[in-house]
Amino acid sequence: MVILARAVQATRSYGPVIALDGVSLDVPTGQLLGLLGPNGAGKTTLLQLLAGLRRPTSGTVEIFGGDPRQAWRRCRLGSTPQETGLPPTLRVQEVVDFVAGHFDHPVPTGELLEQFGLTGLHRRQTGGLSGGQKRRLAVAVAFVGRPDLVLLDEPTTGLDVEARHALWDAVRVYHRGGGTVVLTSHYLEEVEALAERIVVIDQGQVRADGTLAEIRSLVPGRRLRLRAPALPELAGVDRINREGDRYELWTADSDAVVRQLVRNAVPFRDLEVSTASLEEAFLALTSPGDRPAAPTVAVMGP
Amino acid sequence: MSAANEIRLTGVHARYQFTETIRVPIAVIGTMLFPSLSLLFFVVPQSFAKDPAAATTATAQLAVFAVMSVCLFNYGVGVAEDRALPWDSFLRTLPVGPSPRLVGRLLNGLAFIALSLVPLALIAWLLTAATLPPSRLVLTAAGLLCAGLPLFAGGISIGYSMSTKAALAVANSLLLPLAFAGGLLLPPETFPGWLNSISLWLPTRAGRDLVVSATTGVGLPGSTLLVVVSWTVITGSLAVVAYRRDEGRRFQ
Repeated sequence: MVILARAVQATRSYGPVIALDGVSLDVPTGQLLGLLGPNGAGKTTLLQLLAGLRRPTSGTVEIFGGDPRQAWRRCRLGSTPQETGLPPTLRVQEVVDFVAGHFDHPVPTGELLEQFGLTGLHRRQTGGLSGGQKRRLAVAVAFVGRPDLVLLDEPTTGLDVEARHALWDAVRVYHRGGGTVVLTSHYLEEVEALAERIVVIDQGQVRADGTLAEIRSLVPGRRLRLRAPALPELAGVDRINREGDRYELWTADSDAVVRQLVRNAVPFRDLEVSTASLEEAFLALTSPGDRPAAPTVAVMGP
Repeated sequence: MSAANEIRLTGVHARYQFTETIRVPIAVIGTMLFPSLSLLFFVVPQSFAKDPAAATTATAQLAVFAVMSVCLFNYGVGVAEDRALPWDSFLRTLPVGPSPRLVGRLLNGLAFIALSLVPLALIAWLLTAATLPPSRLVLTAAGLLCAGLPLFAGGISIGYSMSTKAALAVANSLLLPLAFAGGLLLPPETFPGWLNSISLWLPTRAGRDLVVSATTGVGLPGSTLLVVVSWTVITGSLAVVAYRRDEGRRFQ
């Protein structure tokens, strides 16, 4: 499999602050990778290294097999301005045409604007667009050059639900067509909805790397919900919440707990078993309390 | 990247720069009109405005002033301002090297220099005795370009090495001393000896002497070419270093 983006022991510090601390990562062709982490974890720095905006203090970063700071390496790269930093006096069409001018076979402006729900706005100055429209235009320009690799930094921040889903669709269409995406997001829901592979970064280090299911399974978290008049002593249960006859049990091994319930002939009903959500996994991996002990778990995906 | 592609990208960036600059006309009008207004208020009413040599010299000096203010403000402050915007970071992720962006900027500045020279030349032609025979036109343009080289590179160095506020302060504090000591406001013949010897080493003075010589045909001081070349090498190297070190805005 061809690796489109790679970081090897990439470290980047700003003066005394280490933003990225020995991160190694391979992104193969066609993958949709979500970078998750709290604010200041180093996600944006990693994307900036991949886009050639900054160079690593030590270690190496490559896209398409070479240094992203060489302009021609970025011919097949698409990226998006962070925040809504579009030149306010330029018209939508001028912005798209200007970016398109850097690529050999750009998507026609009309087609691109339609895809991102901006039809009819091509004569509008970008400063006069709504926040959501600016955001969509900023993401749209990442796709104008028909890139093979797209870096999306917080693409849907500030969008309403409908606009966010429309953007997700655009990203999915691109990915289905063979495109590779590295995406950061504040929204776990977004990463959960889009990403095939999730890399959790905290304090500049990779805390976990795997599929959604693998990341979830890192938390010893299965939740059993049931109704019962009373429960006997159960082995392997971390926590019990009770409200009347409703019980919520947290355990690493839900099967064993269910077997105990059956063996003890507990008259339970409405049994539900669910895995911990990504949010629970995320909080467990990055919570400040257990940082020194936080394990670096590398679950390699298929 | 092929040369044809570089040239095409240069065109893309020049057009983008020009469109963006012209959309806020007031920001450029001030820089553009200052030399013309200076000519109108400080030269036209004087008696030497009737003397072809003196009037031509005064116009040439103000033309160099126009070049300098575009270099310091359009390049120096303009670049610093652009770098502070997230849009500039985005531009640096596009497949374009430094040359198309810099040359695009250079062309944009040249366009505005040309625009500010038009009213200056008109006033000089209509209201003073200044003359510029067609045979000297090309030489004058070449003189202005050479005079502009160290100032252009200086502006770029400022823009890529400091924040907007710092660039504005530096540009403002360089503008008048360089203009005055370089003989752009008063002719250097009026300088005391010590000021003249300092002046001869300044890029503005060398540029002024080049343009005055190109327009009127007076001889050049022996040091002029050396001074222009040296300043161009110095500011050019600073500009390259500043551009390479630049990673967009930086906060500590």
